[in-house]
Amino acid sequence: MAESIAPSNLFKDQGPVSSVGKAGDDWKYKFFSYLLLTMIAFTMIVPFMWMLSTSLKPEKEILRRNIFPVEPTLDNYNDVINKTDLPLWYKNSFIVAVMSTVSVAFFDSLAGFVFAKYDFPGKRPIFIIFLTSLMVPTEMLLIPWFIMSSNPPIGPTWVDTYWGIAFPGVITASGIFLMRQFMQGVPDELLDAGRIDGVSEFGLYWRVAVPLSLPAIGALCIFNFLGNWNAFIWPLIATTRSEMFTLPVGIQQFSSEADTPWNLIMTGASLSVVPLLIVVIIFQRYIIEGIALTGLKG
Amino acid sequence: MTLAKKKVVWAYIFLAIPIVFFAYIRVYPALFAFQMSLHDYNPLAAEQPFVGLENYEKVLEELGKRKSTTKAAFQNTINYVLLGVPIQLCLALAIALMLNEIRFMSTLYRIMFFLPFVTSTIAIAWVFRMLYQPRFGLFNVVLQLVSLPQQPFLRSPQQALPSVLALVIWQGMGFAIIIFLAGLKQIPRTYYEAAEVDGASRWHTFRYITFPLLNPSIVYLLVLQTISFLRMFAPVVAMTEQGRGGPLDATTTVVLRVYREAFQSFNMGYASSLTVMLFALILGVTIIQLSVTSRRIN
Repeated sequence: MAESIAPSNLFKDQGPVSSVGKAGDDWKYKFFSYLLLTMIAFTMIVPFMWMLSTSLKPEKEILRRNIFPVEPTLDNYNDVINKTDLPLWYKNSFIVAVMSTVSVAFFDSLAGFVFAKYDFPGKRPIFIIFLTSLMVPTEMLLIPWFIMSSNPPIGPTWVDTYWGIAFPGVITASGIFLMRQFMQGVPDELLDAGRIDGVSEFGLYWRVAVPLSLPAIGALCIFNFLGNWNAFIWPLIATTRSEMFTLPVGIQQFSSEADTPWNLIMTGASLSVVPLLIVVIIFQRYIIEGIALTGLKG
Repeated sequence: MTLAKKKVVWAYIFLAIPIVFFAYIRVYPALFAFQMSLHDYNPLAAEQPFVGLENYEKVLEELGKRKSTTKAAFQNTINYVLLGVPIQLCLALAIALMLNEIRFMSTLYRIMFFLPFVTSTIAIAWVFRMLYQPRFGLFNVVLQLVSLPQQPFLRSPQQALPSVLALVIWQGMGFAIIIFLAGLKQIPRTYYEAAEVDGASRWHTFRYITFPLLNPSIVYLLVLQTISFLRMFAPVVAMTEQGRGGPLDATTTVVLRVYREAFQSFNMGYASSLTVMLFALILGVTIIQLSVTSRRIN
């Protein structure tokens, strides 16, 4: 079946495939689609509602069987912000995510630019080494990273530092691959014209390639930020002091004692999830297209 | 200096930091992990003696026992993959097919299905843990409303794994839906028009047009989701008592075993041998799935 791998982009802009089948059962099919989709969408939203609803319940209502708070209160938010390290975890997550996203945006696009637009000896082997690193699961690198962080070649330990949390993700192979694909579309004539006008090679990247690749860089930044904001296993290993935890690590440590402070955990979860959900809803078109285009996550 | 030479020099200047990064943060730690797996590596001990394949032998020995945590970890991980991947992909495909046929409110549905995917796993797993609680958890409240017996969910060795799995399927489904929708968009509309002219039933249209032409998306998701289920960690940590993968090792995974051995017992050599085996497993899955499917496409 040669057709199954036909060039796909020929058909890119045709919109959803129109409904098939006889007109008679079409409305039935649509009706059941809407019914089922609504039910599934409901199950998607319920946990979020539960999380928010619990975060607004006073402590005495937690173990009762009411779904919505009888006497809604912001006490939990007050407690979480004033009595726990959550504001610090928030700050740490934000700093780490911004740090690695800025670094990824710069280095991934620069490396992608080089692989797309330069010819040099060793290009293929270097590119292949970058790509094969995608095959190695990060779980295999955790232990060596931890040993390296505890005894770095220069300077004091990386454990409990922002660099220590962020370093595994400051350059990503998937991002380089994405940027290379995208930057292959930058016209060579434009670059050569720039060279004739005396623009430096870095200037060609910064003032020609980057402006033309902003959509892809934007998608890369969003995914990278989400990935770092939600990252768990490495921040869990790379931090030991509560002041250096990121949000997911901090939320996990909430319950380390015998009893579980459900209201505080749900409040922490709400605070970690809701701002991100708002951003995602605003940029949803961009994100969904980006995923469909690249299948890339953080 | 000629232009060609100048470009080579600049290419290497631009790539200098990424090359150092990949060599030192990706390639070297991967080799280091192999090397560690051949040593009795305990960072707290004075010496790290070379033990050859002893760590691997120990893993195999544990797997041969009637009952061991390592055996449970591998068995559970395989169960997560074998149950989780097909259920998740079937659900996602059904939803994508329905979403593809509707226009009104389709963006809203898409956002709702997608939200869990961008949410912090730790935060939302804690929400699910609360939903599963006896007495005050939403699921048991609903069961009581419809007069069904209460269920222990996460507290029962039989129900714990499916309960964790439900969260993971729920959370990752949005990603698969988006990839399927992108794949559906690329199927040429003329095929459907031809099917309609021939009076093909909805099922035949799906069986002979949609499904075969969707093969690239299915393969892509099979590989990606299998790998992500093989690497499961955060949901189990968040949803089990003290993050131990209980009750009675019923939910523990290979990565959780690696984490506990390496960072709580400091048996880093043994843990490294587990990560090498995980790497081999992932590599094997990728190669098998790619070779099987490329044959089918040709």
